[in-house]
Amino acid sequence: MSLILARKEKRSSMDIGMFFAALLTLGIFSFLYKDNPVYKVCEAIFVGVSAGFWAITYFFDNIHKKFWLGVFPQEGDSPDYWLWGGAILGFLMLLRISNKIGWIARWPLSFIVGATAGLYMMLYFVSNALNQVADTMMPIVAYASDNSVLWLDTFGNFIVVLGVVTGLIYFFFSKEHKGLFGTGAQVGTWFLMITFGASFGYTVMSRMSLLIGRLDFLFGDWLGLF
Amino acid sequence: MKNSLADRSSGGIICAALITIFFFSGPLHSQEDLVSLSVKKIAPPSSLLATDHKYDNGNSISLSWVPSIDDALMNNPIVAYKLYRSSNDTEPNLIAELPPGSSYFLDNGVSTDNSYSYSVSASTNAYEVLSNRTESITPQSEWINYNKKYLFLMVMIISGAIMYFIVSAKRGKELFVRKIAGLEAIDEAVGRATEMGRPIMYIPGIQDMDDVQTIASLTILGRITRTIAEYDSKIFMPVARSLVMTAARETIKASYQAASRPDSYSDDMVNYITDEQFGYVAHVNGLMVREKPATVFLLGAFFAESLILAETGNSIGAIQIAGTARPAQLPFFIAACDFTLIGEELFAASAYLSGEPMQLGSLKGQDVGKAIAMFFVLLGVLAATVSAAWDIELFNNLLDNLNELFS
Repeated sequence: MSLILARKEKRSSMDIGMFFAALLTLGIFSFLYKDNPVYKVCEAIFVGVSAGFWAITYFFDNIHKKFWLGVFPQEGDSPDYWLWGGAILGFLMLLRISNKIGWIARWPLSFIVGATAGLYMMLYFVSNALNQVADTMMPIVAYASDNSVLWLDTFGNFIVVLGVVTGLIYFFFSKEHKGLFGTGAQVGTWFLMITFGASFGYTVMSRMSLLIGRLDFLFGDWLGLF
Repeated sequence: MKNSLADRSSGGIICAALITIFFFSGPLHSQEDLVSLSVKKIAPPSSLLATDHKYDNGNSISLSWVPSIDDALMNNPIVAYKLYRSSNDTEPNLIAELPPGSSYFLDNGVSTDNSYSYSVSASTNAYEVLSNRTESITPQSEWINYNKKYLFLMVMIISGAIMYFIVSAKRGKELFVRKIAGLEAIDEAVGRATEMGRPIMYIPGIQDMDDVQTIASLTILGRITRTIAEYDSKIFMPVARSLVMTAARETIKASYQAASRPDSYSDDMVNYITDEQFGYVAHVNGLMVREKPATVFLLGAFFAESLILAETGNSIGAIQIAGTARPAQLPFFIAACDFTLIGEELFAASAYLSGEPMQLGSLKGQDVGKAIAMFFVLLGVLAATVSAAWDIELFNNLLDNLNELFS
């Protein structure tokens, strides 16, 4: 009994921080009814505090920690001059506030978009194409070590191969989905929808755990009811 | 009788004395000597050589050694070779355990920032004997990575196909693209907003410009805003990243200029909210119910906020066109939106909407890539099935080659 009381005492807290957090939680929940002034206040606090938080975080993480300490390191470390490239691009971004030379701000933007596209092309090609092809190259008929057929694994392998091939057919854009090709695309659509249905259920359950976390905060940490 | 008893007792005393002397005089040999007397020690592996693996990106060191001479015995006492790596002269760590007979290992867990030394041990069930430690070696990266030669070849083939179709399209060849329902509905959705006199909301996801989905989203934005400018409708776009805000403003500005309506453009069309995921969602939800847009576009990279945004858009009666390449979020869009661009449809959208030869040629070239992938999948499945069922050498070799090609 004393243990339970101790736990309740530990969990239930009426300090100002927790009280404020609970009010904000309830304020955000009030949107479920309709938009209202309490929600607007909570929204403004959330947006303002988080924007400020991220501005400071980015400043110290990037400008101070990465750039400043990189180009002016402590004794014993050699400076990384490549960081000046990023600093110059960052500075060029700020030029957009000028009406006359604001167009220069497009250069770093172009650099980011071009570099990103180039870098990710190979990454996506390997992970989304090559690895998928390699993993699908499996025997349709699966055998056990004593050469007996594993029917369940065979069915699984068949489904994987059929799903991949028909899924690929669905994503063909330069051919009309008609006839046999259309049937393949239709089967591909079924595979996609079944996959999405399974994914929907799985993800909804994980979102429920977020709700439970909030309710646990309100009824447990704040009110100390359990 | 007494004498016999006396003889027995004196004999017992002598035995006891000898046993006591034996125990208290200390062992004849040390523990190591006893082990060496009872177990013959195995010879260690020798000539361990660590060399930089050539033509890679500096993440590999080749190790070779001569196995222990005891490895070839009939009753081979060696159960494994254990490889130890020391990074920058720190304590050695076990990195691999290889079966008897092994004499080579490629260590892929290194980087060009550190130097490494190695030792290898032959291990029995009772003990292990270590080889000499190698000199420290720092891996080097080369300009050309031979491990990626097949990847290079495939990229060249697909790029060649894309370039061929681009050139063909430029020469006037008609390139067919099948209808994509979500994109067909864009004009209708913009027209509906114009007729209702209500704005259009565009959400490009919550990722930065280093995400290809965001880039694809802004490309589509360019096409959509051109239609919006032509219809003289209104658009507002809350974003979660400052770079996206800058890029989106440039995109919309260019579209308004292309539609000969540069005066209708305003920087206020795009607003940065916050980088915080749910702070952004809280604001966008509020904005939706207050502004009541007739059309909502949700195109880009979305995470847990996808269902919240799509449900709120649905609750205000907006026509919603969504698209993402994140499989976990697609079900929510399909459930709550009117049209959904699934995966690659998002990337194909800009080519589809523009109808420009260059982009259509690119789309056609990508289809060639998919056809090649499908061919190899079917070939690999055939080889794996025949190989598993009948163990035919031709198909075994084919499967091995395909695995090497795609590894």
